[in-house]
Amino acid sequence: MPAETKPPDGAAEMAATSRSRRPRGTIVLKPERCKGCGFCIAFCPPRVLAFSAGFNALGYHPPELIRPEGCTGCDLCGLYCPDFAIYGIMLKDSAAQLADAVRGEETA
Amino acid sequence: MSTQQSLPPNPVETLLRTDRMPHIWCPGCGIGTTMNCFARALQQARLDLDKVVIVSGIGCTGRVAGYAHLDSFHTTHGRAIPFATGLKLANPELTVVVYSGDGDLIAIGGNHFIHAARRNVDLKVICVNNFIYGMTGGQVGPTTPATALTSTTPYGCPEQPFNLPHLAESAGAVYVARWTAYHVRQITHSMVEMFRKSGFCFLEILSPCPTLYQRRNRLGDGLEAMKYYKEASVTRHGAPTKEVALSFQGPIVVGKFVDVERPTYLELLNQQLARALEAQYTGCIEEHVRG
Repeated sequence: MPAETKPPDGAAEMAATSRSRRPRGTIVLKPERCKGCGFCIAFCPPRVLAFSAGFNALGYHPPELIRPEGCTGCDLCGLYCPDFAIYGIMLKDSAAQLADAVRGEETA
Repeated sequence: MSTQQSLPPNPVETLLRTDRMPHIWCPGCGIGTTMNCFARALQQARLDLDKVVIVSGIGCTGRVAGYAHLDSFHTTHGRAIPFATGLKLANPELTVVVYSGDGDLIAIGGNHFIHAARRNVDLKVICVNNFIYGMTGGQVGPTTPATALTSTTPYGCPEQPFNLPHLAESAGAVYVARWTAYHVRQITHSMVEMFRKSGFCFLEILSPCPTLYQRRNRLGDGLEAMKYYKEASVTRHGAPTKEVALSFQGPIVVGKFVDVERPTYLELLNQQLARALEAQYTGCIEEHVRG
């Protein structure tokens, strides 16, 4: 499987094992607030977001991180999101923090 | 959710009344985007949030006062600036932000706008310009570009719109900038500059109105508007405001146009009272007002 299509939990393992492939940031989502405007996806500098297949309660497709290793945590998605549903965070050296972030994203 | 507690929170979350989320703004509306910038600007300027007040009028942007977890007041239509002027004069310690739309600030509140700028009252005026009356059903406004279709101009708007930076500068504003909802970092930077400056500061933010303006003019959704802003914007700091008028889907000149110093209304009032009352004057106008 190419690195681009690794699922988020793969990113956590990668962070624990390899420093060079470690993502620099990640996103935190509140999918229930998303109204599917697509600003975050269109203006993400490393282009790591895409609409997910699932629906939220409002009937929109919230974004998902399709290339977690490319996220820089620049928070431009957080600045653009008019519904306060997404923001980016920079990850420091802690792999545990990344694992937490990935897990939080899945349960949010 | 416990796993998220170790993460830094969304900077805008501290500014929001989260019990009122999700908000009523349409998908693709840019007002929420400007609120993100506002929240980050408040953080960067390290303001004491107990001393920041936000005043709005009526309209879609007027809802900001209702969603912001600050001392906020939602005034009657067009009267955000008079209310804010009173707040500032009664309690000069406050940073008073007027956050409203083009219809509220420039049409119904137009008279208040020019006179507050003329007096140089220390207000931070943020005008989210979506070219139309959004909440009332898409009627023509004083910022609607000529030829644009609205619900009250079905053959196209025949009027010339206001050039807001030129109006603000002519009336006497000491800080005038314009950005679009696409320029999020620049908006944040301008807001920080406004917080650090005293006097009448004016920031115009062009924002998509996908439901009324974009749809009726067949301009696509909010994202299409953002892409237009990205492609059509030219940054010209210090450009003469006379040359920055907008046209229907034409080029957009953005940037910081005016940044000058002028004594504020409160300073002038204090000086005058000190001269007139001499020893009787305590140097603090609100004490005299309260008696």
